[in-house]
Amino acid sequence: MAMAGLSSSSSEMDLDRPILEDYISTDSIQRIPQTLHLRELLDISPTLTEAAGAIIDDSFTRCFKSNPPEPWNWNVYLFPLWCLGVVVRYGILFPLRLAVFIAGWIVFFLTFFPVHFLLPSSNKWRHKMERILVEMMCSVFVASWTGVIKYHGPQPSMRPHQVFVANHTSMIDFIILEQTTAFAVIMQKHPGWVGFIQTAILESLGSIWFNRTESKDREVVARKLREHVQGPDNNPLLIFPEGTCVNNQYTVMFKKGAFELGCAVCPVAIKYNKIFVDAFWNSKKQSFSMHLFRLMTSWAVVCDVWFLEPQYLKPGETPIEFAERVRDMISVRAGLKKVPWDGYLKYFRPSPKLTEQKQKIFADSVLRRLEEK
Amino acid sequence: MGNTSSMLTQYDIEEVQEHCNHAFSQQEIVSLYHRFCQLDRSGSGFISADEFLSVPEFAVNPLAERLLRMLDGLNFKEFVAFLPAFSSRTSLQQKIEFIFKVYDLDCNGKVTFDDVLNVLRDLTGSFMSEQQRQEVLTRVLEEAGYTPDSSLTLPDFMKILGNSDLKMEVEVPID
Repeated sequence: MAMAGLSSSSSEMDLDRPILEDYISTDSIQRIPQTLHLRELLDISPTLTEAAGAIIDDSFTRCFKSNPPEPWNWNVYLFPLWCLGVVVRYGILFPLRLAVFIAGWIVFFLTFFPVHFLLPSSNKWRHKMERILVEMMCSVFVASWTGVIKYHGPQPSMRPHQVFVANHTSMIDFIILEQTTAFAVIMQKHPGWVGFIQTAILESLGSIWFNRTESKDREVVARKLREHVQGPDNNPLLIFPEGTCVNNQYTVMFKKGAFELGCAVCPVAIKYNKIFVDAFWNSKKQSFSMHLFRLMTSWAVVCDVWFLEPQYLKPGETPIEFAERVRDMISVRAGLKKVPWDGYLKYFRPSPKLTEQKQKIFADSVLRRLEEK
Repeated sequence: MGNTSSMLTQYDIEEVQEHCNHAFSQQEIVSLYHRFCQLDRSGSGFISADEFLSVPEFAVNPLAERLLRMLDGLNFKEFVAFLPAFSSRTSLQQKIEFIFKVYDLDCNGKVTFDDVLNVLRDLTGSFMSEQQRQEVLTRVLEEAGYTPDSSLTLPDFMKILGNSDLKMEVEVPID
């Protein structure tokens, strides 16, 4: 990333800054010297230890680590079995699934576009048809990986003043949820055929796109969000507040946008079973098409979805505390570990404020000693 | 099939072990190798400053800029050789030597008043004035029997830090 972009991005991040400061360990600072001699001043070992610790292992990188498949083809009779599996998966399952997938698309396009372009936009039937078609198309997607998805809890209904928030592992999260109800989704704008689907189809459901590197987009999205949750006929809103895909073992901090709309927040926890395939989409390493190919050549995608109890902002609670509370619920339900990092750090450097905070504590301790003498 | 750690042969590992004075076990070196590959996103065989800074926990460290001058562009052998100071197998003396090197960035074997001041500046940022820093430093130096004009050598560092309970250990996770 270019250094020039950093200064502008850090100020932009401040708009939506989670309470990172509370989490950053102050180990290096807790050992405040009792007396300030040359030895204490020269001893920079705590800060160095912290730096080396981060170099050797850090919790942020772990959030985005793909899990290598566990081999089970260890011995002389399992290996042929595994080979047979490969042949079945690539030779039989994949072509079949691809056929279903393509057929699904053909049916979809043949009905969606006439409905979309011929019926007037005020027509009630048009919206209903569009919703049903998108739900159908998502079912086709799920069928193309033979998704085994267990939904727990009440199915979401269409009503205003509520927003669904879910943890994010891959774009397939959206597909899995969309097959139950046609949600309007807030999503990063993607290039290629995914982008085409976004603008040509999902926009009709009231979905909103943004570019995470554009700070202007943020205000527009915030405004559109507010408008959307007020409308009684709008589709339920779905937000992935992590803002980036995490490997389904951790949760990174939630952006507060969804939590300051003043409406009910319905948490959705999604947990994938990694037995056949890792559903994490590492978008930096893999295109979405490749990701789908991987899913379509696996035995099955196994996943649990929990629709949890709606939550409301408690009196005296800040949107950030609210976001953390909802993140807690989702993490507990889906068995994910919480880490104190903002997922956008994948794209931006951390704000200098964090460094400054460490500097301040150290400087204060030195100054205090200076005054006492 | 098989284990990916077999990317490194026994020879490779022993060579690296030799290079870091046996501060790490063979398993630890395998772990470090995986970590190295993870950090080296571009796959170039060395880790650039930019790649180090992509670790947020490292990027927020007040000494990150200074350490990067030692770290920028390290290949795997050099990467491992940077870390022995943080191993539990390394003597206190070697750890102090490492700290000395962090101060003595120009590698002239002497740590001057300005060298210490620079580190203190990294650690305190805008929360102490330049004058305050100089004042503190002058005071503690004189207290310890040095003058602001005298420069500290490695034996001085040994004397100053040698009998303190310096704890500088990082565990290498082994999976």
